[in-house]
Amino acid sequence: MQIDLFITCINDAMFPRTGQATVRLLERLGQTVRFNANQTCCGQMHLNTGYRDDALKLIRKFVDDYRDAEVVVMPSGSCAAMVRELYPEAARWGGDHDLLREVEELAPRVYELSEFLVNTLGVDDVGAYYPHRVTYHPTCHAMRVLRVGDAPLKLLRNVRGMTLLELEGSEECCGFGGTFSVKNPDVSAAMLADKTRHILDTGAEVCTAGDNSCLLHIGGGLHRLRSGVGTVHLAEILASTEQEVFA
Amino acid sequence: MSGLHPSKPFPEAARDKVNQPQLRANLRKVTHTIREKRLRAVGELPHWEELRLLGEATKDASLANLSDRLLQLEASVKARGGQVHWARDAAEAREIVVRIAQAHQVDELIKVKSITSDEIELNATLQERGIHAIETDLAELIVQLSHDTPSHILVPAIHRNRAEIQALFNRELPGEGGLSDSPAELAGAARRYLRHKFLTTKMAVSGVNFAVAETGTVCVVESEGNGRMCLTLPEVLVSIMGIEKVLERWEDLSVFMELLPRSSTAERMNPYTSFWSGVTPGDGPQEFHLILLDNGRTEVLADATGRQTLRCIRCSACLNVCPVYERTGGHAYGSVYPGPIGAILTPQLLGMQDKNANTLPGASSLCGACFDACPVRINIPQVLIYLRGEVTAEKGVTAEALAMKTVGYAMSSGWRFEGALKLARVGQGPLVKGGEITSLPGLLGGWTQSRDLKTLPPQSFREWWKERERDSE
Repeated sequence: MQIDLFITCINDAMFPRTGQATVRLLERLGQTVRFNANQTCCGQMHLNTGYRDDALKLIRKFVDDYRDAEVVVMPSGSCAAMVRELYPEAARWGGDHDLLREVEELAPRVYELSEFLVNTLGVDDVGAYYPHRVTYHPTCHAMRVLRVGDAPLKLLRNVRGMTLLELEGSEECCGFGGTFSVKNPDVSAAMLADKTRHILDTGAEVCTAGDNSCLLHIGGGLHRLRSGVGTVHLAEILASTEQEVFA
Repeated sequence: MSGLHPSKPFPEAARDKVNQPQLRANLRKVTHTIREKRLRAVGELPHWEELRLLGEATKDASLANLSDRLLQLEASVKARGGQVHWARDAAEAREIVVRIAQAHQVDELIKVKSITSDEIELNATLQERGIHAIETDLAELIVQLSHDTPSHILVPAIHRNRAEIQALFNRELPGEGGLSDSPAELAGAARRYLRHKFLTTKMAVSGVNFAVAETGTVCVVESEGNGRMCLTLPEVLVSIMGIEKVLERWEDLSVFMELLPRSSTAERMNPYTSFWSGVTPGDGPQEFHLILLDNGRTEVLADATGRQTLRCIRCSACLNVCPVYERTGGHAYGSVYPGPIGAILTPQLLGMQDKNANTLPGASSLCGACFDACPVRINIPQVLIYLRGEVTAEKGVTAEALAMKTVGYAMSSGWRFEGALKLARVGQGPLVKGGEITSLPGLLGGWTQSRDLKTLPPQSFREWWKERERDSE
């Protein structure tokens, strides 16, 4: 399959290894990966913070960049949720019917990485090897908007050498929420404190998730605690093999 | 706090609450208990999702023809001997109640289901006119006796513990003083006090859960039986309902009789459901007044995205699953409508201009738990995002708006983004300490209050990809 990779702005700028891992993984599974270098950001931060017009420009740009794609895959549940769930709303709010038609046509071809692997490619063992104790945090948008279900867990359970540890309160939000973390720092910190405590209670060496924005926040909290527990994107674990540990 | 108007912006009010360990512990315990019970009660019904869709469709159908439904309700209530009053705003509604009380020369009245009366700040107005209003719901009574305000739609005294209530009842309830902290003894004291009031008070004010247009039937759903007392014993009954509470047909009630108790108290059925239609000579109140309250609802109805807010049946399921409510409690929202539903309802009822209420749509991490829990499928996260757009439009050009524009410009093409990243890598230099950023300036300072920030790596993904393409050529 010809896959258009939307890497997301945060991954591009701050987590290039996640992007590299995604490419490595998809190619290992026999897929062709294309990267449209004109891509930037899905517009989620703008829309969620209340800047609809700025968001609409980025939405139109996304449609222009991916109109001809067979499928668009992204290593981020929240950006995929933005496209699938909120692009149509934003187009409606903006009264842009042409855009609405285009996003409704494009949205079903947009996937988060784990759901694409499990549901579209039908693969739940990607041949990964990752000899560590890991706990998994299901991010809100992947879980409640995209309904990826246990796709990420299916993939993780088949990783060789890895111990998967159950996380208490895993379905509770980590408290990131984009600009929420900056605008309501006290509440965000209170949510983060519970999340990091639960992660530390598992005894894991690493917390993984399908979204680096949540992991940036969780990892920032774990680092502030000098906990020694790290965060690694799911794609990096899945890309790791005995020959090459990616994460 | 009074009525709808928050006295502080949410982040500030939340800061005061979030750092109170006892309050956090109380809230966590109660919300998690109700949360789990609700999941069990809902899990018993295999057709729960279909019921939610039916709840959504039923309310939407009623809202789509709201003015017709209300006129039909008015006619049905009048045909059965009730009187109907239309109140455009809180002040009109208060005056109607005062006028009725004065006509009957009462100086005391009993109340049940008072959230709508709290919305219009009825008690304070009555007090000014020499009329004492007595709350009869146990938790509402606790809140009233302690000169406090409710913190939860269903559990108004969620923030109070047993020892506080013991001291309060011993101090405030006539004839008491030696009560222990046993729940049965405390409830018994409230019962003695309230029973006397039920039997001696001539007038009652109630809220309304549902009203049926075709039959003129009004409905109150409750757990303690105080509602039944208020609705049947006094001579005069005044019920205040938000105009969105009307349903078209009697059968419509059945879906909500399933959705409401399971979502609200996690019960299969609530203990007391009272229905009444107009007046019956010699039985129950001999005078019945229904006040139809608008107070901003027509404006909400006119907004295609915001309208779904009016489906709300005040079950409070969204409060119990909300991670933000769990850490702050209801008072941080500064309005009688707390939690996720309050974050969308309050600013809309106030018309999006209120500077403090305008911070409420930001009081969410958009985790979506509220939408999953809502029995009438109000897409609260979607409305929150929509309202944030209304707020920024209202505010015009701010530092944040300019920052967003700048980021938007950098994101307008791949090469501009690449350039911006190169600049940012240089710019972050002075902020980096020991490989991480531990303190950020200005608008972003909130981040480093409790988190470190990773620095930008030397190579972006797009630069890596370019290099890879070059190498493979």
